[in-house]
Amino acid sequence: MSFEPPIEQVKGKIREMIVGEATRVGGESTFPFHLWEGGMPNPPVVAMEVYDEPQREWPEAVRKVYEDVMDDPVAWAKKCQDEFGADAIALKLQSTDPNGTDAPPEAAAEIVKNVNSAIDIPLIIYGTGSPEKDTEVLKKIAESLPDDNILIGPVEESNHRQIGAAAMGYKKPVIAFTSMDVNLAKQLNVLLTQLGVPDDKIIIDPTTGALGYGLDYCYSIMERDRLAALAQNDGKMQMPIFNNVAPETWKAKEAKVSEEEEPTFGDVTTRGILWEAVTATSLLLCGSNVLVMRHPEAVKLVRKAIEGLQEQAKEKIAS
Amino acid sequence: MALSGLQIFKLLAKTNCKECGFPTCMAFAMQLAAGKTELDKCPYVSDEAKAALGEASAPAVRKVTVGAGDLAVTVGEETVMYRHEKRFENMPGIGVMITDEMDDAQVDGLLGQLKEQQFNYVGRTLRPRVAAVKAADGAALAALAAKVDAGSGAALVLMHDDAGVLQAAAGPLKDKKPLLYAATEANFDAVAGVANELEVPFVIKSDSFDKLAGLGQKALDGGFKEVMLDPASGSLGDVLMDQTLIRRAAIKKTLRALGFPTIGFPCNMTDDKMLEAVYAAVFVAKYAGIVILSDLEPARTLPLLYLGQNIYTDPQKPMQMEQGVYPLNEPGPESPILVTTNFSLTYFTVSSEVEASKVPAWLCIMDVEGQSVLTAWAAGKFVADAIAPFLKKSGIGEKAPHKKVVIPGYVAQISGELEEELGDGWQVQVGVREAADIPKFLRQWSAN
Repeated sequence: MSFEPPIEQVKGKIREMIVGEATRVGGESTFPFHLWEGGMPNPPVVAMEVYDEPQREWPEAVRKVYEDVMDDPVAWAKKCQDEFGADAIALKLQSTDPNGTDAPPEAAAEIVKNVNSAIDIPLIIYGTGSPEKDTEVLKKIAESLPDDNILIGPVEESNHRQIGAAAMGYKKPVIAFTSMDVNLAKQLNVLLTQLGVPDDKIIIDPTTGALGYGLDYCYSIMERDRLAALAQNDGKMQMPIFNNVAPETWKAKEAKVSEEEEPTFGDVTTRGILWEAVTATSLLLCGSNVLVMRHPEAVKLVRKAIEGLQEQAKEKIAS
Repeated sequence: MALSGLQIFKLLAKTNCKECGFPTCMAFAMQLAAGKTELDKCPYVSDEAKAALGEASAPAVRKVTVGAGDLAVTVGEETVMYRHEKRFENMPGIGVMITDEMDDAQVDGLLGQLKEQQFNYVGRTLRPRVAAVKAADGAALAALAAKVDAGSGAALVLMHDDAGVLQAAAGPLKDKKPLLYAATEANFDAVAGVANELEVPFVIKSDSFDKLAGLGQKALDGGFKEVMLDPASGSLGDVLMDQTLIRRAAIKKTLRALGFPTIGFPCNMTDDKMLEAVYAAVFVAKYAGIVILSDLEPARTLPLLYLGQNIYTDPQKPMQMEQGVYPLNEPGPESPILVTTNFSLTYFTVSSEVEASKVPAWLCIMDVEGQSVLTAWAAGKFVADAIAPFLKKSGIGEKAPHKKVVIPGYVAQISGELEEELGDGWQVQVGVREAADIPKFLRQWSAN
């Protein structure tokens, strides 16, 4: 029996965004890893998290990896780059949290400068999700690093004008954050582009749900995002996708509860690493372009998944 | 598959008797075509129509049941490529490879895990259910299969190239509906013969789509319905490609020859157990029906079982938490009482922020059919005259008698009314709107 493979070519294409000097994100003209029917020129980027304040309350599996660098974001970033081979650094400005230390934007900008000059890989800056404070902080950072192509966010509907204007002024790409909703994601893209932010300087942060904690929502929303972008050729959805995997997965009880407390759950380190790696792998399958991760072993596994997914015996379907 | 309402209508009695619950035969036919009702609802349907329609209305991916009893696995019946289009129907069965090269202790360990291992997740029990059994010859396979069956009750996959060996092992266990693995180009007739005689499902295996579809067609021509496919994918990328193309051919091209669920063996793809779990995740997310691992370490099966549940949750019926009082961080009589809805995401977000705050608290989760706070409020479900009786019956008053309850900031407007409904000295406090602000709120909260 001769089988006609049901190949589907799509009209749309994800825009290619450049982060740092020359790291390309997105650019695919097919569904995630459907290399047998389209192109995916840039495999997803695995960024690793760095915090500007020590995270001693982290689960042990991740805390012990970074114990020696927790007080020094520069050393932390270098460790991720040099030891773990991170593709990019995602610097979380925890110190600026208005409910925490509430450090001023100037102090945060200083830390960003130091980290930026210590690494050769692209830098992503992520605020605390307080729209007012993020506005001040991200504006200040854009201003104080005028020549560096750092990716900044989150930009939300409530602060898109202010951060969008700063990003345009200093030619920074931005992370457009919306809360688990395809239409809201599109609306924010529309607002940003109407303001004048170029289409290829926006990446969608659709809200990441961890395995067991909303992954199903996130997975379907990302599938719908990619269907809109690729199958329906919707230009306002053709931005790559950014997933903050680490903070969500390491919050999950199953990733951190000890074997003593939950004897049926098995080894806690294995579980934590897989919680992050399985969440990230699932997100690769529904369209992630940038994964922000934490445990170096989970990073290795996801790298292998990215490599493995690109190995396809296309001759199987050659007619 | 894909008969139009009109085509179905022509096969019906056309008496408009209304006994199916629809006003006319045409209305019934339209609902059938849309997959919204079943043919059995019509008491007058002819055998002829039943055969024609039954075949036509069979799901694009056929239903297959492997095993009998508690651990039986039903897979297939899938009708969509993306879960948001409708839903994925039957979660994959997760299982383990057991061979005659393992020593007794190893086999017993796996049987114990098959028997005992289970996890509760949002009110559901998740567990591995399948044992793929492999041995050198008929006697060894029969003995090992019997042992696995007796020791675990797992759904069995019996593995051998020789149909005679499969027959020897499956014969005594045929009532347990073991899955025969596998019929290939070389042995199709013999394996299909055994499956036919014993009335058990079997797997068709080939790494060529042409051959797989050819064997699938042969199975259909032979009247077989319970068949599974193994495209023998060589790499992780092939897993994605093979699973996607098989599902697409079945659903979008109505290619019946590939309209069967699949089985996959991440256990054969890598020696790295962690990577094996990641590979298995791709099978689970991307359409596989049965996924066989090399062991059942709970730290590795737990994430895979959760993933199956997440992917196969009906997106139209959001996961709901059970109504009740959830103690977080070991609360006592002086701890704050929070109330919110049973939408699973609401619960996950609120509970994880409360846990992160380290402040002991009572979280009262009210059943509003899985809606979020604002939706449930707008629908009149999360309102004062519903919340008050819930709180009173919940027993929270005995656990924490301070009579102060915190409501979500988004429903601040109901605070006065809720105080009235609760009466008896209760005070209602308005909490925060965003979960992220909960830790700060709780740290500042005091009962006085």
